[in-house]
Order: sequence, then structure tokens, then C-alpha cells
Amino acid sequence: MIATVRRLPSLTPRVLIIKIVTAVCILAAWEALSVSGLFYKGIVPSVFEVLRACVAEVADKGFYRDLGYTLLESFVGFAGGSVIAVAVAIVLGLNSYARRVCEPYINALGGTPKIIFLPILFLIFGLGIESKMAKAALSAFFPVVLSTISGFVQIPPVLIRVGESFGLTRWQTVRKIYLPAMSEPLLTGLRLGIAMAIIGVLSAEISYSNVGLGYRLIQSADQFKIPSVYAITFLIFAVSALINTAVMHLQRWMSKHKRGSVASSAAKVSTRLARRAA
Amino acid sequence: MPSGRVNRFRLTDLQMVPPWVTGLALLFVFGCVLEWAVATNLIPRTIVARPSEAIIGLITLQREADLLGAIRTTFGIVAIAFLLECVAALPFGYFLYRHRDFSLAYTGWLAALFAAPIFLLYPLFMVIFGRNQLTLIIMGFLPGVIPLIINVQQGFLGVPQTMVNVGLSFDLTPRQIFWKIMFPAAAPSIFTGFRLALMYTLINVIAIEYLVNVGGLGVIVSDRYFRFDIPGTYSAIIAAMGISIAFNWAIGQIERLVRPV
Repeated sequence: MIATVRRLPSLTPRVLIIKIVTAVCILAAWEALSVSGLFYKGIVPSVFEVLRACVAEVADKGFYRDLGYTLLESFVGFAGGSVIAVAVAIVLGLNSYARRVCEPYINALGGTPKIIFLPILFLIFGLGIESKMAKAALSAFFPVVLSTISGFVQIPPVLIRVGESFGLTRWQTVRKIYLPAMSEPLLTGLRLGIAMAIIGVLSAEISYSNVGLGYRLIQSADQFKIPSVYAITFLIFAVSALINTAVMHLQRWMSKHKRGSVASSAAKVSTRLARRAA
Repeated sequence: MPSGRVNRFRLTDLQMVPPWVTGLALLFVFGCVLEWAVATNLIPRTIVARPSEAIIGLITLQREADLLGAIRTTFGIVAIAFLLECVAALPFGYFLYRHRDFSLAYTGWLAALFAAPIFLLYPLFMVIFGRNQLTLIIMGFLPGVIPLIINVQQGFLGVPQTMVNVGLSFDLTPRQIFWKIMFPAAAPSIFTGFRLALMYTLINVIAIEYLVNVGGLGVIVSDRYFRFDIPGTYSAIIAAMGISIAFNWAIGQIERLVRPV
């Protein structure tokens, strides 16, 4: 009943076999469901039909137009929301009293379903892409601000005291100490933020839009083009997974780069000290 | 003539006031400013409702749209979805802990699914199960079950081997070791999973209610908006927001009882 090994090894042939067998079983179960007659005809289309629909979607110019709109809305909204979130986090991070005043409200709002704010965004920004950008900004704001604040709180006080002893200005302290020290949680927040921004845009497009992948999906559902609904859903999943993976790799690269630059700066300092001593 | 010292108010003096009092005061000031801006038409009433109107509108909302009934419906759906999540995630999370190869094979998939926009599956479930509460339960279940599985597995993986060895040295049976050592040690992580599962379930249920126009709280928001009842829309948003904040606060408090750190 008790497993004794705590560390998980890397990908083994057995794990690979489990993955392949599971994927084959899922596809076989799907295929069996599609021919079983349990559901109305066409509600669970065959895997091949869905693949054909995927190819048709990818070959359609309209798909790329909608993809472009969704990505534009997501990235612009994400950029706006993240910049505001980082600024708010820095202000709250520098003032612990302000943080204690505002953090409960940010935490509370962060856990609410953002979709309920859509009517307000539609009323303020209209039904065009601006309201979708605003939704993306709202969705991205909370993970970024919460992650950055937690990063600020975790900065070792010794680093701040070193900065004070060197007589750094407030801006220099932010640039040279705070931002590098909290880069990890900030990047994690940004990764969560982009995922939330995409989800936010898609929900807004489904609710009210005439462009974008969310609109494309709901239009296919309304027209009862079931294989297309499956195809668009999978393509959206693939796009968001691709973006998530890209951001994760960027985060790893930046962490490595940061560690490398810290190591090289430490080496430079120790060389200088050694020279002085000599 | 005595030279009296003038006690000027400084911003640092504010720190004597408890943060929650300042927070509430700022919220009140913000509400008053907004009330004035909307009353003087600085902000058009067609865009923003007066805060007083929106708060009083909660009574109208109860009378016209049965707010309490909507809350009951939403929480009923969340409760059923959460029970299903527990039934599925507790054994599956434990299974993944026991079988490392399966854990390695599936954990990556689960993490990818967790980041995926699962709510997009709702048109498919609507086609399969119809525009009803079963679709809402399934759409609440799917995003909630994944963090619970991950946390159950993580909880058991985090049990220190020393504790298990102590149990073995006392000649405890595997069942006793599970119930007396492993489960209590994994409980904090499992409860974090419960909290995340409930939070994601509630968020998704309200989101799908809003989009599909079936169910409770989400429907009230979309219904008021499509009637272009601006104060009503704001009242519904305040109600949905208040309920989710209270819900998250309550589960946070329960989690703290289990995780006292």
C-alpha cells in the first residue's frame, strides 16, 4: 500500500507505452461511441470525420483571420493588464500598509468569475474588439498582480539592506534589486496571465462578437456543424497549449540566463576582490 | 503666550488605523465619488448605475428574479459537481501516487488540461446532453477534478518516509498506516485541492450559466443585461460577486483549520 520511491524517474519505455495505449484506447472508445447509436446521429462524429474537419479548418482562410483577431485581442489585453498589474504590485510591494489594505480586495476579486463583468465591459467599451481586449486585461491582471506581490514579499530583506547601504534611490532599488529578485514569480504570473487572457477573450467572443475563434466555434455549434465544433475546439486547445509551452520555455531560458548572469557577476566581483587582495 | 505645537496630519499617521478599516473607508469613499459622478451625469447613467441604486436593487432582484432561488440552484449544481469530483479524484489521485509509471504518463496531460480552456467544451455537451443542468454539472466537474487529482497525488507524495517507517516499526497494518499516518499527513494538500476544485467549479458553473442562460446566478446577470436594465445588471453583478467572495472566504477559513500555517 505504501510506495517507497519518492523521486520520479524520467520518461521510460514503459511510460511511453502507457501513454500510447491510453491514447489508442481513448480514440477506440470514441470510435465505438460514434457507431454505437447511443447518441443521435452525428453528435459524436467519427475520429476521421473530425480529422477531416480539422484539415478543412486549417485550409480555410477565415480560420486564420479569426485566429489573428483572437491573438491580437489576447496579446494587447494581456500587455495592458500586465503593465498595470506590475505597476500596482510595485506600489503595493513598496508600501506594506497599502498592501495590507488592498490585498484582501485583490484576492477576493481574483477568485470571482470574471465573465460576470462582461456586461460592464460591453457597456463601457462597446461590442467591438476593444471590449475583448479589456476582458483580456481584466483576466490577466489578477494572476500577474498576485504573483508579483508574493514575489515582492519573498525578497530577502538582506538584499534591500545592501541596497540601502549603497545609498540606492527608490527607482534604482526597484530596477537593481526588486525586479531581478522577483523575476521568477513575475514570469510565472505572466505565464498564468497569458493563459487567462486567452480564456477571457474566448469567453467574450462566445458571448458577443462577429470575429475571433470563440465566435467561429459558437457559430459552428449554432449551425449544427458538429465535426467543425470538435475541430475548432481541438485547434483552440492546440493553440493555447502551444502558447503556454512557448512561454514556459521562455521562462526557463530567462531563469537560466538570470542564473548565468548572476554567476558571471559573482565571478567578476570575486576576481576583482582577488586582484585587490593581490 | 505659549507657542502651541501644531499637530499636522501626515500620511504615516494613517498606519495607526487597522488596514481593514482603511480598506472599508476607501471603498466607501469610492462609492460616494461614483454616486456623485453618476448623479451629476459626469459618468452616463446608461453605462454605470448609481451604487445606491445597485445595492437597493438587490431587493428588487430578489422580488423579480428570485435571487435566493438562483443562489440555491448554482450551489446545488456546484455541490453535485464537487461530490463527483471527490468520487473521481480521490481514488485516481491515490492510484497515480501508487503507480509511478501512470503518474509520469498522465501528470503532464493533466497539467496541460488544467491550463486549457475547458469551458469551450460546453457547446459539445449541450449538443450531447441538451440545454439543462446536467451540462452545467459536467462543465463544473471537468475543471474542478483536475486540480483535485494533482493535489491528492502531491499530498501522498509529500508524506515523509520516516513517518511511514515509524508506522511499520509499530507493526501497523497497511490499512492502519494509510488511515492513521498517510491520510492525515496528506490532508493539507488534499484540502488545498478541495479549495481549488470548489473555486474552479463555481467560476465555471457561473460562466456557463451566463453563456447558456440556464441555471442560477449567471443567468440573472445575463438576463438583466439583455433587458438593458442597467441598475439591475449591476445589482446582479454585485450579488454574484458577493456570493463568490463569501464562498471563497468560507472555504479559505475551512482550509486554514486543516492547514494552520
